[in-house]
Amino acid sequence: MDHMMPFVYNFPAFSILMTLMAGMVTPFVRNHGKVAQKINFAVIVVVGAMNAVLLGTLLSHDGGTSYTYMMGHFPAPWGNELRAGPLEALMATLFCLVMALSILGGLTDIYNDVRPRKLYLYFLMQNLLLSSLLALIYTNDLFTAYVFIEINTIAACAIVMIKDSGETIVATIRYLIMSLLGSGLFLFGVCILYNMTGELLFSSIQEVLVPLFKTGQYAIPLTVVMGLMILGVAIKSAVYPFHSWLPGAHGSSTTSSSAILSGLVLKGYLILLIKMVYRMFTPEMLSTLHVNDVILIFGIAGMMIGSLKALKERHIKRMIAYSSVAQIGYVFMGIGLGSDIGILAACYHILAHAFTKPMLFCAAGNLVNHAGHNYQIKALKGTALKSPLAGIAFTVGSLSMIGIPLFAGFIPKLFFSTGAIESDWFRLTVVLIALAISTVLNALYYIPVCINIWTPKQRKGEHAHGAHDAHEDAHGHGAEADDDDEEELALHEEPHEKPRTSVSFVVSMVLLIACNFALGICYQPLTDILSAGISLLG
Amino acid sequence: MPKDIHHPKTEQNNQTVQQSTLSPWKKLRKWVDGDPMGPVEIPEPGCVAAEDLQRKPVSELHKLKRFRKLYIVASIVFCCLLIGLLLYTVSDLPAFGVPDAPTNNEVSQKYIEDGLTDTGAANIIAGMILDYRAFDTLGESTVLFIAVSAVIILLRKDPDALDPEEEGRLRREEMLAKSHPNIILRTVAAILVPFILLFGAYVVLNGHISPGGGFSGGAIMGAALILYASAYGFKKMDTFFTFKTFTGITSSALLVYACSKAYSFFTGANHLESYIPKGIPGAILSGGLILPLNICVGMIVACTMYGFYSLFSRGDI
Repeated sequence: MDHMMPFVYNFPAFSILMTLMAGMVTPFVRNHGKVAQKINFAVIVVVGAMNAVLLGTLLSHDGGTSYTYMMGHFPAPWGNELRAGPLEALMATLFCLVMALSILGGLTDIYNDVRPRKLYLYFLMQNLLLSSLLALIYTNDLFTAYVFIEINTIAACAIVMIKDSGETIVATIRYLIMSLLGSGLFLFGVCILYNMTGELLFSSIQEVLVPLFKTGQYAIPLTVVMGLMILGVAIKSAVYPFHSWLPGAHGSSTTSSSAILSGLVLKGYLILLIKMVYRMFTPEMLSTLHVNDVILIFGIAGMMIGSLKALKERHIKRMIAYSSVAQIGYVFMGIGLGSDIGILAACYHILAHAFTKPMLFCAAGNLVNHAGHNYQIKALKGTALKSPLAGIAFTVGSLSMIGIPLFAGFIPKLFFSTGAIESDWFRLTVVLIALAISTVLNALYYIPVCINIWTPKQRKGEHAHGAHDAHEDAHGHGAEADDDDEEELALHEEPHEKPRTSVSFVVSMVLLIACNFALGICYQPLTDILSAGISLLG
Repeated sequence: MPKDIHHPKTEQNNQTVQQSTLSPWKKLRKWVDGDPMGPVEIPEPGCVAAEDLQRKPVSELHKLKRFRKLYIVASIVFCCLLIGLLLYTVSDLPAFGVPDAPTNNEVSQKYIEDGLTDTGAANIIAGMILDYRAFDTLGESTVLFIAVSAVIILLRKDPDALDPEEEGRLRREEMLAKSHPNIILRTVAAILVPFILLFGAYVVLNGHISPGGGFSGGAIMGAALILYASAYGFKKMDTFFTFKTFTGITSSALLVYACSKAYSFFTGANHLESYIPKGIPGAILSGGLILPLNICVGMIVACTMYGFYSLFSRGDI
């Protein structure tokens, strides 16, 4: 490169380094949690703006453009390298937006759940988490990806366990063990791959792998590598049947952590997987080795079983967490379709889910506070009337997750079906049936909760009377048991101080609802960017 | 009606009777309301329901035991399968040290042939990890930093919520150590610690011209700090190494690393001239940024190692 490159092209490296440095600076303000929060927020906003500018610059070329960025004075196979294209820039920008909104949405809960002296550590972890996500998005080097997977793992576990309760510690231990298992399998894969190819750069690996694949040399190690790496990523992004850690970790942590873990942390690995499929292996390799079919089956199994488990769950946050398992199943199904439109649908679903799940978690957190910190769905009856904004946000999120038109979740389902129709008849039937069943299942567990939160709570006297009327003779005892239940709830319901709905929560919910409609209605520009990004990946 | 009449057993019987005789519409309404379909009520965290104490343990334990055996068998089978698979895979890979192995390509060739002139470091490894691939090493140092921060979240005592039992145990141990000082350990530590520290500093400072570097030298210095702390107790340690010094050293070392590398990433990517002299290879002041970076990494590693020890043994630094 002879000519000077545009200054904007430095932004990926700057954003990774800035977020890292923000994390390193945070210990200096360890007695002022609020300052740490402001630093964190400012960095997220600045980094998000930088990536948005980068996205604009990349799209100003006809059809978008991508470039590689040399980290240091040595070119790629020797030094480290980043790569940025429209897909990466878009994901980075929106991830920053989601992270900022998730933290705002659960800010009051953070101050309640985290000890004041450890508050700075929470924001330290958030800074480093963002930095690792950005590095996973932008990296062009397999080993850099592994290093930042490590940072991501520790940061994700830390934001779960910082809420100091027995439940979160147990959840963190499960999360840590499963997550480290995933990292370990991924590392095995990296080692074997390096032994086969002698390269760590995505594009160099591909150059070596394509001829190897054609000649059939190292066929077994290549298959094993694919299996190990995809398995590692699958464990970390909670694809069924490796999801057992997820409900605990997402269900017990503080609101913002749940939102960020489900909205972003799971997605970082999926984007890495998509990059690996396109830039390291090739889509042809996956379909020839039938890895695609395996991914598709796991995805569909996740869609079904995640939803069924959510259906059985009576703890609101765990229910939303199980729903994530189902949604990750969709993304895997999109990758398993093996076509560009399948990947497009998967990417769009990543975005739709990233904007919807944090909204659901934050809204549920607020509703739970209005129900006197009781997480049972039963206890949430009528809470939406006390906090209408949270109720609206929850309803919008539910409808989006079900896939109602005009909401964000509808568009990816449309693309999944389009991708299936363009595929062979086997995939067509399987995917369409899976989509239909899964939509019904989603509706089955989201709609009752929506009805429940909007139903006004019956007054105690009325209820008892009604109950007596209903089963007057035979079930007198039962009715009274019910009555006691109500009494207990009523006790929980009147907290000593009424939970305040903070300004930050209002801002975050309004913006998330707006983004949800934007994603669901004006989807054309986004799909253009995504398809430009995907075509530039390969 | 007073509450104590509801014996858990009868209440549950009532509930099941009620559930089975409800009309479908009532059942649906109950389900929409979020009532459990079966007796699967999750108790609120922190309290154990009376019925749990009475009946559940037997059956639950039984279940757990059965599953435990299954888990053990399944995990052994899974591990054997994985080991077999990996061994089979490795047997297909090129043998170690063969001249025409794929790992002997232009990448390692350039490291070996041009490493000295490119980085100015006589130790090729130092040149590789702190110059060619410095971004990865920055990530690795951050892993140490974030790991120790996570342990601080988990283990550092909060003065607002102290555990009296734990405090008592620590105080007893302290008194015991005071009344029975371990003379052998103290004498050995007094003689050895300065030399270990000196050797650690040597390994760090010569990382770019001889085997060693920040990671190994830092580990040696960390070991010296741990030896000193275990011989003389944390009270003595507190006179020169507190939480404040710990965070100050780790954070500023990492910041120096990140800032200096940000400069070299920026100049490198934009093809600008870097103003950092490489020096004469083999001299102590050579290798450009490698020497300061090694010092930073060494400080981070030493502090992190001691930090882990201290946090795990007394819940503070």
